[in-house]
Amino acid sequence: MIAIIDYGLGNLASVQKALNFLKLENKITSDHDEIKSSDFILLPGVGSFAHGMQNLREKRLDHLLSDEVLGKKKRFLGICLGMQLIAETGTEPYENPGLGWIKGKIIKIESSNLRIPHMGWNSIEVRQEDYLADLNHKDFYFIHSYHFVPEDEKVVAAYVDYGTKLVAAIQHENIFAAQFHPEKSQGAGLTLLKNYFEKC
Amino acid sequence: MLTKRIIPCLDIKDGRTVKGVNFENIRDAGDPVELAIRYCKEGADELVFLDITATNEKRKTLSELVSRIAQNINIPFTVGGGISSVEDVSVLLNSGADKVSVNTSAFKNPQLIADMAAQFGSQCVVLAIDTKFEDGDWYVYLNGGKVKTETKALDWAKEGVRLGAGEILLTSMNNDGTKAGFANDITKLISENVSVPVIASGGAGTMEHFKDAFMKGKADAALAASVFHFGEININHLKQVLRNSNIEIRL
Repeated sequence: MIAIIDYGLGNLASVQKALNFLKLENKITSDHDEIKSSDFILLPGVGSFAHGMQNLREKRLDHLLSDEVLGKKKRFLGICLGMQLIAETGTEPYENPGLGWIKGKIIKIESSNLRIPHMGWNSIEVRQEDYLADLNHKDFYFIHSYHFVPEDEKVVAAYVDYGTKLVAAIQHENIFAAQFHPEKSQGAGLTLLKNYFEKC
Repeated sequence: MLTKRIIPCLDIKDGRTVKGVNFENIRDAGDPVELAIRYCKEGADELVFLDITATNEKRKTLSELVSRIAQNINIPFTVGGGISSVEDVSVLLNSGADKVSVNTSAFKNPQLIADMAAQFGSQCVVLAIDTKFEDGDWYVYLNGGKVKTETKALDWAKEGVRLGAGEILLTSMNNDGTKAGFANDITKLISENVSVPVIASGGAGTMEHFKDAFMKGKADAALAASVFHFGEININHLKQVLRNSNIEIRL
């Protein structure tokens, strides 16, 4: 069972709909026992970094998720804000600590000639093929103003070219996280979800 | 590279899709969920739903419709119409909308934009501006084009972005429903003066018009309704034609 973490942020229904379509057993939950007994953890989320961490802490999910993912090595999928929260540090709207599973920082996309937010369909450049083998140069839906700058480039699973090169996905051991929204990316997004959960 | 977006717009009245000319003479264009599914299959990049009769009593109906839409499509969509509080936004986002557009209520209470951005992030705040060219400039209109203001569209767009809007949906009332092309001059002016994406709206009649909106109007996305609803332009065909014109398009 995939536990879709409900922490009061994000479009949970769309993620669930995509998993249901793929006939992947799932549950939207913030219940600690349910999360502990799940096979996979999916952290979605839309909103600011600080707000996300605050909500995780209020539901005492920050330590629980770290225990499950870092301690028990449970498979994890983060989407959008759910990707950013696994960084050490966020800066939206002020500097504050994240879950800290991946060394790096979330910073605002800075450019004088680029539109912020980075919004719309953009193709990705795959660096780690485990779950993205058939998705190189496919378009995914992005909507974000902040981006992940990891300390070690080896954790990058894909980049996206937005005039400047941004991290589109991260993969490290039992952790995979995407800045784009697979649940909103039609066929390409479904392929990624299928690849990820079927190879487990 | 980031692609230009093609966005069908569904104006909703009493649960049905409708379309008017110059904001008047409204006619029926079908079931919104059926249309949404069709556009998804044709390759639409996003959808916009505007409840043109939204009132307090109907808000529940709108959130139910949003849930039905979300259950049936797998591309992002924006919902607008009669949204005047952070609570309204919360209901629609929880029902499955990705972005929410505000128009008259934000003009009357600009703090709403800042509150929405703080609560949900700028990326889901779309500022819809209805504008009309009169006496040598483009002015903001409210209440579905019924009430003129003395504020210029460019000034309001800049102020909206300063407050936290993450996208501008710019509709030219002069062009809307005419099928004579988008208002590329005001679209370009706003696009070049704000940092967020701009959606051109109003006036699509031919495939060439979409090309002009991107090339001349510098729009990031182009929105249309009747040419799609009544089958005059097929989205997939349009996107192929645009790509052949060297515009970045997702196929």
